[in-house]
Amino acid sequence: MKKSLFIFLLGVCITNLATAQKFFTKTGRIDFNATAPSSPENIQAVNRTVTCVLDAANGNMQFAVLIKGFTFERALMQEHFNENYLESDKFPKAEFKGAVANNAAVNYSKDGTYAVTVKGKLTMHGQTKDVEAPGKLIVQGGKVNATASFAVLLADYGVSIPGVVADKVNKTAKIEVACNLEPLKS
Amino acid sequence: MMQSKLFALFLFLFFSVGVQAQDDLLSLLGEEKPKKERIKYAFKSPRVINAHSMEFLNPGTMDFRILHRFGTLDQGYKNFFGLDQASMRMSFDFGLLHNLMVGVGRSTFKKEVDAFIKYAPIRQSKGPWSSPVTLAFVSGITVDGLPWADPTRENYFSSRLAFYNQAILGRKFSEGFTLQLMPTMVHKNLVQAASDPNDIYALGVGGRLKLSKRMALTWDYTHILVGMPETGFYNPLSIGLDIETGGHVFQLHVTNATGMNERAYITETTGQWGKGQVRFGFNLSRTFQLKKPKLD
Repeated sequence: MKKSLFIFLLGVCITNLATAQKFFTKTGRIDFNATAPSSPENIQAVNRTVTCVLDAANGNMQFAVLIKGFTFERALMQEHFNENYLESDKFPKAEFKGAVANNAAVNYSKDGTYAVTVKGKLTMHGQTKDVEAPGKLIVQGGKVNATASFAVLLADYGVSIPGVVADKVNKTAKIEVACNLEPLKS
Repeated sequence: MMQSKLFALFLFLFFSVGVQAQDDLLSLLGEEKPKKERIKYAFKSPRVINAHSMEFLNPGTMDFRILHRFGTLDQGYKNFFGLDQASMRMSFDFGLLHNLMVGVGRSTFKKEVDAFIKYAPIRQSKGPWSSPVTLAFVSGITVDGLPWADPTRENYFSSRLAFYNQAILGRKFSEGFTLQLMPTMVHKNLVQAASDPNDIYALGVGGRLKLSKRMALTWDYTHILVGMPETGFYNPLSIGLDIETGGHVFQLHVTNATGMNERAYITETTGQWGKGQVRFGFNLSRTFQLKKPKLD
């Protein structure tokens, strides 16, 4: 009986180690869009150097992104984004710390598409707020493709939109995240 | 007994995985190597007011500038403090690389066309192998477009030309404060009087003090060291306010200089601050993105 318990625990341990796999990327992508409905020009940017780590064991997930890494179509917009709105010299990074709320529903060792909800804290422009976003995890060939999309109210993060550009810059920004996560060899 | 110890060990192993997962996940990827990073936005525009600044246009952008200088304030109400008279310069500047730009402009004053090329071998940066200052060089030419003063004598096209060379040594000391020095040399092929020197050497000082996110105090002053004509000409000093709106930069200022290119404002400033011979002026800058980076 004790032997079988031993084997059972060994089994638990091994599966635990196997699923305790972590996934990561340094080239994830975030799309930022704060175009107001009536705006003649697009207030949007892309960042292709998003860092993300996902711990399959418990669904913990963290993102880090450099504000200066956002590219706008118009250089002047990028300048204002860095200088006047996000103040990237003072607050160079945005970070998310959270977890896949329904991690138990995801089988990281089996190919498939899983609808998930990610909950956590987003820190941006020196302010931290709770966010919750619906997302999707696609497990394929030992890799995880993670996508999510949510909106942030810019005022929540101390980013104020002056009146002269209120018809162009929306009060909320749409954030789309897309990361191809690879296994992290430790 | 033995088994229970083993059990405890496995229990420990089992939970240790969970404990480990509480750690900072991002730190698993190791420390980011510090990268060299350019210090940007030392000035809101490639010009302080009259003088070139240490800042460059972004590559792929064009800056359309409209510059106005009104008459001197000391004329009083008769000429509405100078606003009845205006002199202007219109210019197109192009950002080619992050440290290379060219520009061409035309002024109503002397119907003069000017062109320049500006290049910075060193730009202020931070991180490994960084430089605490920006070093830039400007080289320009001006072409006088007025009819010949004396058409009866033999005139040469080269007489219309003047050249200038300038070095800009600047530093953005903090988010709100930038200062630069501009040793400058202006050469005029033809001068008014035989006693006037053809070569003028000067040292300029330009700066910016940010007042708020979208407003800054700017100034530029050029001190002529060698080659100032004996009478009637003074060192140009301009003090202004940069106001940024969405797509424009307004530079409002007062200055004793009429000219808006290097030859004109450095060597032909006739106003005196002390006598109220200063004028109101504004530069309007609108940047167009000619080449857009791909966002998809």
